[in-house]
Amino acid sequence: MQETLIAAAERRAVRDARHDRRFRWMMAGAGLFVLLALGGAALSMLWEGREAFSTFGFGFVTSSTWDAIGQQFGAWVAIRGTLVTALIAMLIAVPISFGIALFLTEVAPTWLRTPIGTAIELLAGIPSIIYGMWGLFVFVPMLAEHVYPWVDANLGSWPLVGTLFAGPPLGIGTLTAGLVLAIMVVPFISSVMRDVFLTVPTRLKESAYALGSTRWEVVWDVVLPYTRSAVIGGVFLGLGRALGETMAVTFVLGNAHELSTSLLMPGNSIAATIANEFAEADTDLYRSSLIALGFLLFVITFVVLALAKLMLRQLAKREGH
Amino acid sequence: MSADLLFLKRRIINAVALLLSAAAALLGLFFLGWILWTTLGKGLEAFNLALFTQMTPPPGEAGGLANALFGSVVMCLFAVAIGTPIGIAAGTFVAEYANRHWVGATIRFVNDILLSAPSIVLGLFVYTLVVKPMGGFSGFAGVIALAFIVLPVVVRTTDDMLRLVPTQMREAALSLGIPQWKVTMQILYRAAAPGITTGVLLALARISGETAPLLFTALNNQYWSSDLSGPMASAPVVIFQYAMSPFEDWHALAWAGAFILTVFVLVLSLFARLVLLRKRVPND
Repeated sequence: MQETLIAAAERRAVRDARHDRRFRWMMAGAGLFVLLALGGAALSMLWEGREAFSTFGFGFVTSSTWDAIGQQFGAWVAIRGTLVTALIAMLIAVPISFGIALFLTEVAPTWLRTPIGTAIELLAGIPSIIYGMWGLFVFVPMLAEHVYPWVDANLGSWPLVGTLFAGPPLGIGTLTAGLVLAIMVVPFISSVMRDVFLTVPTRLKESAYALGSTRWEVVWDVVLPYTRSAVIGGVFLGLGRALGETMAVTFVLGNAHELSTSLLMPGNSIAATIANEFAEADTDLYRSSLIALGFLLFVITFVVLALAKLMLRQLAKREGH
Repeated sequence: MSADLLFLKRRIINAVALLLSAAAALLGLFFLGWILWTTLGKGLEAFNLALFTQMTPPPGEAGGLANALFGSVVMCLFAVAIGTPIGIAAGTFVAEYANRHWVGATIRFVNDILLSAPSIVLGLFVYTLVVKPMGGFSGFAGVIALAFIVLPVVVRTTDDMLRLVPTQMREAALSLGIPQWKVTMQILYRAAAPGITTGVLLALARISGETAPLLFTALNNQYWSSDLSGPMASAPVVIFQYAMSPFEDWHALAWAGAFILTVFVLVLSLFARLVLLRKRVPND
C-alpha cells in the first residue's frame, strides 16, 4: 500500500517536472520569437531592398532624383524630409511637453492633475489618421489663409532664415507636417516627462523649498538635473515616433520629390513615400527601392529608440531597479 | 536693497515660468479639443445607420462602410487572438524565467524597440514575409501585421504586471508543492489578469486605428468579403482612400468613419483604464 503511494508520488513528480520543462520551453520559444521578429524585420527588408542598394550603391542615399518613369531612385529628398519634419516637431514639442509636465507635477492643483493628465494621454491614443484628416481639412486651410501669408510677408525677407519661410501659402508642406507631428508627439513626451518627474524623491524637493527656492528653481535646478537622462530618453522616444509617423504626415506633406529650401513648399518623407507609392510600384526595382527606404527608416528609428532606452535606463538604475 | 531686487527678480522669473507652463497645458488641451470637436462635428453630420448596412460606394453614389467596418473587426479580433497568447508567453518568460538574466534584458530591450517601431516598417516586413511568398494581398497578411503590433504591447504589460505580483505569493504556492507551470497559470495570471486585460484592450485600441501596415498587406476591397485569403477592406484604409480623394461625398463618409473610429478608441482606452482602476483598489 505504502509502496504504491510512493510510486504514485514519484510518477507525479516526474510528470510535473516534464510539464514544467515543456511549459518553460514554450515560454522561452515565445521570448525567442520576439527577438526573431525584430531581426527578421531588419533582414527581410535588407534582402528585399538589395536590388535597390546594388543598383544605385551609396547613391541611393545621397541622390535626390526620384523618377519612377526613368527608374532612377535616390532617397535623399525623403530622408531629408523625414529629418526636417521631425526636427521641427521636436523644436516645438519639447518645450511645450516640458511645460505640460511641469504644470502636471508642480503647478496644477492636485484635483486637476489626473483629469488633465488623462486627457493628454487620450490625445496620444487617437489614431494618427485622424490627425492627418484634421490636418488636411481644418489645419491646412487655416494656415494657408491666415498664417502662411503673414509668415511669407514678414519672415520671408529676413536674412539667412528668410529662404526657409518664403513661398506660396499652399498650406500643405514641410512646416505643416512638422506642426501636426508636434501636436502628435506632445502627449508622448509629456507623459514620459511627467512620470520621470514624479520619481524625484520628495525629500530632495522639500529640501530645496526649505532653502527658499521658488518652484521654478526647484524644477530647473533639482528636478531636471536629477531626471536629465530620462528626460532626454523621453525626447528621443518622441523623436522615434515623429520619424516613423506615416499617416498624419502623408496627408499634409504634399508628396513632392523636388528638393526645396522653403519649409512652406510640399516635400516628402520616407514613410509618406512608401505609403503613397507602394501600391502603384509596378517594377521590381521600384518596389525594391521602396523597401530599401523602409530599411533606412528602420535603421534610423532603431538607433534613436535604442539611445532612448539606454538613457531611460540610467534613471531606473539610479533608483535601484 | 539689492537683496530685495534679487528676490523680486526670482519671483518674476518664477511667475513667468509657471504661467508659461499653464499656457502649455492649455495649448495641449486646446488642440485635443479642436481635433475632437472637428471629428465629432463633421462625423455626426455624416452619421447615419446606412453606414453599418451598406457597402463602400463608388464616387457619386450613396453608401456606407459596412464591409470596411466588418473587415476591421475581423482582422483586429484575429490579430488580438494571435498576438495575445504569444505576447503573454513571452512576457511570462521575461518576468518569471529570465528576469535578472541577460536574455531577459535583451528581450525586454528588443520588445521596447518593437513597441515604438514605425508601424509602416512592420507592414513592409509582413509584405516580404507573407504577401510576396503567397503571391497576393490578403486579409490574413493584414492580421499578421496587426498581430506584430499587438505582440510587444502584451509582452510589456504582462512583464510589468507579473513583476508587480509579490514574490511571497510564488514562494507560498511553490512551498505547497505546486509545479511552477500551475503556479503561473492559476495563481500569477489570476493576480495579473486586470493589468494584462488592460494591455490587450489598449493594443486593440491601437490596432483598430492602424492604417499604414494594412496598406500593403490587406490592401482594400470595395465589396463585402469574409475571405481572409483575399484582399480585405478595413475602416482606416477606406478612410485614408476616401479622405485623399477629391469627392465631397467620399469625404463625408471618411469623416463618419473617423468619428466611429475615434469614439471606439476613446471609449476603449477609458474602459481599459477603468478595468485596471477597479481591480487595483481592493488589492491595495
